[in-house]
Amino acid sequence: MKRRLLLLLPLVGFLVLGGFLYQGLSINPAERDSALVAKPFPAFALSALDDPGRTLDASLLQGEVTLVNVWGEWCPTCKQEMPQLLELADRGVRLVGVDYKDSREKGRQFLAEFGNPFEVNLFDPEGSLGFDLGVYGAPESFLVDADGVIRYHHTGYISPEDVTEVILPEVEKWRD
Amino acid sequence: MARLIRVLLMLALLGPALAQAAIEVRDFDDPVMRERFASLTATLRCPKCQNQSIGDSDSPIAGDMRQRVYQLLEDGRSDKEILDFMVRRFGDYVLYNPRLEGRTLLLWGLPAALLLGGALLVVLVVRARRRASSRRLSADERARLDALIGREEQR
Repeated sequence: MKRRLLLLLPLVGFLVLGGFLYQGLSINPAERDSALVAKPFPAFALSALDDPGRTLDASLLQGEVTLVNVWGEWCPTCKQEMPQLLELADRGVRLVGVDYKDSREKGRQFLAEFGNPFEVNLFDPEGSLGFDLGVYGAPESFLVDADGVIRYHHTGYISPEDVTEVILPEVEKWRD
Repeated sequence: MARLIRVLLMLALLGPALAQAAIEVRDFDDPVMRERFASLTATLRCPKCQNQSIGDSDSPIAGDMRQRVYQLLEDGRSDKEILDFMVRRFGDYVLYNPRLEGRTLLLWGLPAALLLGGALLVVLVVRARRRASSRRLSADERARLDALIGREEQR
């Protein structure tokens, strides 16, 4: 009897392996934990997009829950995302933009054409802040709490559903 | 005509060489530095791509990361410091060679555990076989065996 049970061993092994592989089918490899959640927003010193003489640093993100959105004129998905960002601004969310690897002129044109939901935009032509944020493609958004700590990282497009189902609940969660 | 063909052929052969020239060139005074750069860019995984090292990828972020690896090497940072620097920004995803820590214990430990288990199994099976084959036959069994192989007359 013991011998018979031993014969089932390959089948058990196969089922375990199959279970692993089956689970792998439903994993989205683009979705992964951000290394920056629960870390302070990285230090930076960048000029404002609309005013080269105004230098901004991380103290900008103190005192209020802020959604930092990394965008660029060259990024088609960012254009599709703008209506959602405008809606978030309408609903009272404070937004700060990072104009990532762009030229000043193109960045301004973009805002003129698609609307400007941002309180202020950081101009990051070299992508240095983007690099410190671990941004590997725009758009990406970071929710920063009142103490300047990153609490949520949204990689990619914020869909209209994401506004009400993901972003607004996260904002509420960190406002207290 | 033949000359024209020859010229065209030469131009065609030049093509790849010219394309190569567009790829970034980095000067290393120290061959050790060049080796370290090559090995670091081969073990760091491009965060934008599913399965390419930053050394192989054409994506902009991979280019930025190569540039940063180069700068950090020039600054005299160690390989570990450079890998830590990247992991702090892009997460464990960028390491092709995962580190041994609580979360990856199963990953690293399982192959070794399976190997040990297999070796143990082999030892147990071999010992069981040996014991079975060296066991003395009883008189009854001996008689039956002799009958089967027809050795009765010789006795």
